[in-house]
Amino acid sequence: MKRRAWIPIIYILFLMVPIYWLVVMSLKTTNEILGGFSLFPQELTFDSYRIIFSDPTWYWGYINSISYVTLNTVISLAAALPAAYAFSRYRFMGDKHLFFWLLTNRMAPAVVFALPFFQLYSAVGLFDTYLAVALAHCLFNIPLSVWILEGFMSSVPKELDETAYVDGYSFPMFFVKIFLPSIKAGVGVAAFFCFMFSWVELLLAKTLTAIYAKPIAAVMTRTASSAGYELGLLAAAGVLTIIPGAIVIYFVRNYIARGFAMGRV
Amino acid sequence: MSLELRNVTKRVGAETHIHATSLSLDVGVFNILLGATSAGKSTLIKLMAGLEKPTTGEVWVDGQNVTGLSTQKRQISLVHQFFVNYPHMTVFENIASPLRVAGIPKSEIAGRVEEAANILQLGPMLKRYPDELSGGQQQRTALARAIVKESKAIFLDEPLANLDYKLREELREQLPDLLAGRGTVVVYATSEPTEALLLGGNTALVHEGRITQFGPTAETYRTPANIDSAMVFSDPPINLAPVTKQGNEMHMGTQVKWAVSGEVAGLADGPYTVGIRPHYVTPTLPKAPSIPLSGIVQITELSGSESVAHLSLGDQKWVSIAPGVHSYQLGQEHEFHMIPGQCFYFAPDETLVARGAGAHG
Repeated sequence: MKRRAWIPIIYILFLMVPIYWLVVMSLKTTNEILGGFSLFPQELTFDSYRIIFSDPTWYWGYINSISYVTLNTVISLAAALPAAYAFSRYRFMGDKHLFFWLLTNRMAPAVVFALPFFQLYSAVGLFDTYLAVALAHCLFNIPLSVWILEGFMSSVPKELDETAYVDGYSFPMFFVKIFLPSIKAGVGVAAFFCFMFSWVELLLAKTLTAIYAKPIAAVMTRTASSAGYELGLLAAAGVLTIIPGAIVIYFVRNYIARGFAMGRV
Repeated sequence: MSLELRNVTKRVGAETHIHATSLSLDVGVFNILLGATSAGKSTLIKLMAGLEKPTTGEVWVDGQNVTGLSTQKRQISLVHQFFVNYPHMTVFENIASPLRVAGIPKSEIAGRVEEAANILQLGPMLKRYPDELSGGQQQRTALARAIVKESKAIFLDEPLANLDYKLREELREQLPDLLAGRGTVVVYATSEPTEALLLGGNTALVHEGRITQFGPTAETYRTPANIDSAMVFSDPPINLAPVTKQGNEMHMGTQVKWAVSGEVAGLADGPYTVGIRPHYVTPTLPKAPSIPLSGIVQITELSGSESVAHLSLGDQKWVSIAPGVHSYQLGQEHEFHMIPGQCFYFAPDETLVARGAGAHG
């Protein structure tokens, strides 16, 4: 093998180390983890996974997370698609400023919004619901989606719209049957980023939930502190947290590259 | 069928894209919109197609006012300069789409799509996707989609401009046959005078948002109604110079003069503008009676088998086109011959007042 090829291999191995360690830990007993250094589990055990899949406190954490993440992705795209279409197809007063202002929403740290959201949602009775977290995450995800989708939409010539109208498509029909399929890569990329940001965001999700909508990451910290340090269990939960993201990345991997090429991601 | 613009104007913000325009187009002939890029051809087509609403004025189709009618309901077809097809649909689905939207039964769709595809030689391509086709095939798909449905008007917005030379010629020959006898109004926008002449029919000359002239193509070419029309319908633009008529002579500057006869001689004495197409200003002595004039050659180019020379005659910039390869010395004075019989004479208000005796364009 050429010497040059070793550089990326070493780099990839370096990147894989923490993931490998997490997987190995999840397959060890807590005693073994704390007992000393071993590259492979000496006593292979799936107990940690068994606990997660049988204990409602655990698996409901996943269900909660996936629920508000999905809800957020749907809301974000539903709001961002028409907005991006307007930005890409129409000129209106202040459109450029508005477009830029959308993006500035992403510049504030999430913690800034934790307090107002907490108070507001408590007051209107949204506290500890999927909708609360999903809406809070929209603050970041809608601007990002608009930004990504606008780039994809603008790469579709306006003549396509005109051709569809001439062919007899009404606007809603055109949008669903012609336009969305033409920018499906963009929708995929936008959905991916909504999913990712919502999935990894912890601060707002933790602040705005208590019991019924508690995200998995919150479950992890609480369980760990109450039952001592069950490291194997924690590691298994960590592995399961990575999986949905990996699945989503797998599906949009071809589109992401285009998203980057569009210069918007 | 007929299509009519009645006093249509289009303003966007403070800019006027189309000045008050009235135009009546008939079925059975090619209606050509000829004009330079951004002269307003596409805007006119969009106004006729209902893709843009006129600021004032009305659009009439078949004696009905359709100004307020949406594009979808106007039963028209449109082919763009860029090959616009639905990327996620096969050629078959692309051609079938206007029929499907119109709710035509499936059994009928297959037959009609195949017919349209065969006319445009797309038979073997029906299962492919647009991005698997060549440019010419993509544009033929767009054309097939335009002719597959029964439409009151077909708009072709520079449909051949993005095709390579050979395909363009091929498709240009097919187009008139393709659209003849369909009972639809055909509107064809182009920026090339040669293309308009090849297609025949009627030509509307578009210049800076105005239609400067409309009539049978050959006649429009031979008799430009005004300077703008002469400029639009000449490639490169027609040569112009101020002249003064004194008795039976035209004086251009102090050096050049020529005798006039016929209708030109009947003009009152005074200032005029003379226009002459570049191929009547040649470096070799033409057969027709000519007068010599000398100009300084600024730029030369070879266009196919023709020599093009840009020259300055005093203040005027003229162009000469002559068959064959001529060698010019840049910056040097050369003698050219101009055929007065081919001149157009425009009054100070820029309208045509007389043509030279042999002026056939």
